[in-house]
Amino acid sequence: MFLRSNANGLRRALAWPIVAALCATAPAAADDTGASRPDAATVERYVRDMWSGADGEWRKRLQQDETQAVCSQFRNAPPEDVAAAIMAREASTVVYPADGTLLGDWQEGEKIAQNGRGGQFSDAPDAARGGNCYACHQMAKTEVSYGTLGPSLSEYGKLREFSLDAAKQAYAKVYNSQASLPCSMMPRFGVHGFLSEKQIKDVIAYLFDVESPVNK
Amino acid sequence: MHQRILLSAIIAAVLLLGSVTGALRAADDAEEEIKRYREMIDDPMANPAFLNVDRGESLWALARGQKNVSLETCDLGKGPGVLEGAYAELPRYFADAGQVMDLEQRLLWCMERIQGLDTKEILSRKFGTPGTASDLEDLVAFIANKSSGMTFHIPLDDPQEREAYAIGEALFYRRGSLLDFSCATCHSADGARIRTTQLPNLTKPGPDARATMGSWPTYRVSQSQTRTMQNRLWDCYRQMRMPPPEFGSEGLTALMIYLAKQADGGTLNVPSIKR
Repeated sequence: MFLRSNANGLRRALAWPIVAALCATAPAAADDTGASRPDAATVERYVRDMWSGADGEWRKRLQQDETQAVCSQFRNAPPEDVAAAIMAREASTVVYPADGTLLGDWQEGEKIAQNGRGGQFSDAPDAARGGNCYACHQMAKTEVSYGTLGPSLSEYGKLREFSLDAAKQAYAKVYNSQASLPCSMMPRFGVHGFLSEKQIKDVIAYLFDVESPVNK
Repeated sequence: MHQRILLSAIIAAVLLLGSVTGALRAADDAEEEIKRYREMIDDPMANPAFLNVDRGESLWALARGQKNVSLETCDLGKGPGVLEGAYAELPRYFADAGQVMDLEQRLLWCMERIQGLDTKEILSRKFGTPGTASDLEDLVAFIANKSSGMTFHIPLDDPQEREAYAIGEALFYRRGSLLDFSCATCHSADGARIRTTQLPNLTKPGPDARATMGSWPTYRVSQSQTRTMQNRLWDCYRQMRMPPPEFGSEGLTALMIYLAKQADGGTLNVPSIKR
């Protein structure tokens, strides 16, 4: 598996851990502008300076977890060994609902899919958090204001014959997108506690309920 | 002047109405509508941002601060007081300050060093509100306009500029906070949208980066204010669920030189007007 990494990935795989672990002062390979890649410690110094005024809970947001750090370093294209490590780590975080039900209320799920607020410095601290699914995905065909960064989810449940297994996979995807796709662009809604278990169930109902406009 | 304000208000109202009615139609129609209005108001007499340009011109020549002098001897990179083409070459390394600076950083530096001005007060108005004008937004509108029609020239011929570029690139890809976002989350694909908004791919040199960087500062109809890249990046980090970044910090300047380099050779048409 390690040997099948592409050359570029392998070069990065070799370069980064060495730079990061040994804090080597020698710059990494130069790109076409002649600029050297800075080591992670240098970048983080700039980050602390950019947010020198942040405190309390806000300050914690400056701290990357390991997956964020490696996806940043590899620019979302991790070599195979790093990708495998991310998947293993992230898969272990997925917590399925204790009561065994995956589908909540699709109408509530629709509100969550439409809502792009919550957690911004412009939001009230207790503002309801949304999943903002429509920012990136097509869902109900009646909603024309949808983004294209992610794949279309139209008829998501219907195309999967409303299978329980597929619903479980979707729950895991929303909870932690990187458990199945390392360095996915999609947020890890459950891992960060950004959406609650109930909210994720509601979103899964929006995808899998027979009555949901997503499946019409 | 009053006529111009009235005209601007009317145009802004028409533009808002246009955006609203446009959104009710299909997505492509809305984009087309906005494009049409944008072309219609691409007129110095109609874009409200030219009020900022006028105010900025007065502020540039206004004697104030402990030393009671104007900014007219401030060197923006092309010699003391030279405005033409200065914005098209920023951010750049300034030997006297020993660092890479964008226009706002440089203006703050000149206010302190040349005028002896209290920049805390200036920074308390870093972003204008309906009741309060921002000197920085006004000055940037005025100075950037002096580069309108010119092309970005970001040679990175100083080692510190190359270092800032590399930091900016790393920051562009740095994922974090509650949603794992980085700048690249939204700006590394060609032709993608958030909702109905087209997203420029800013990971490479080319037309997207040129169109984006060549159109700031801009009058933002949704905010009824003229905004600069400092505000745009602050707003991006808001959406990325990060805390508000420090205005004029080196990291923001690093991001800006990275973005400006991608726009190298692109033409400035500023101040522009946007949703």
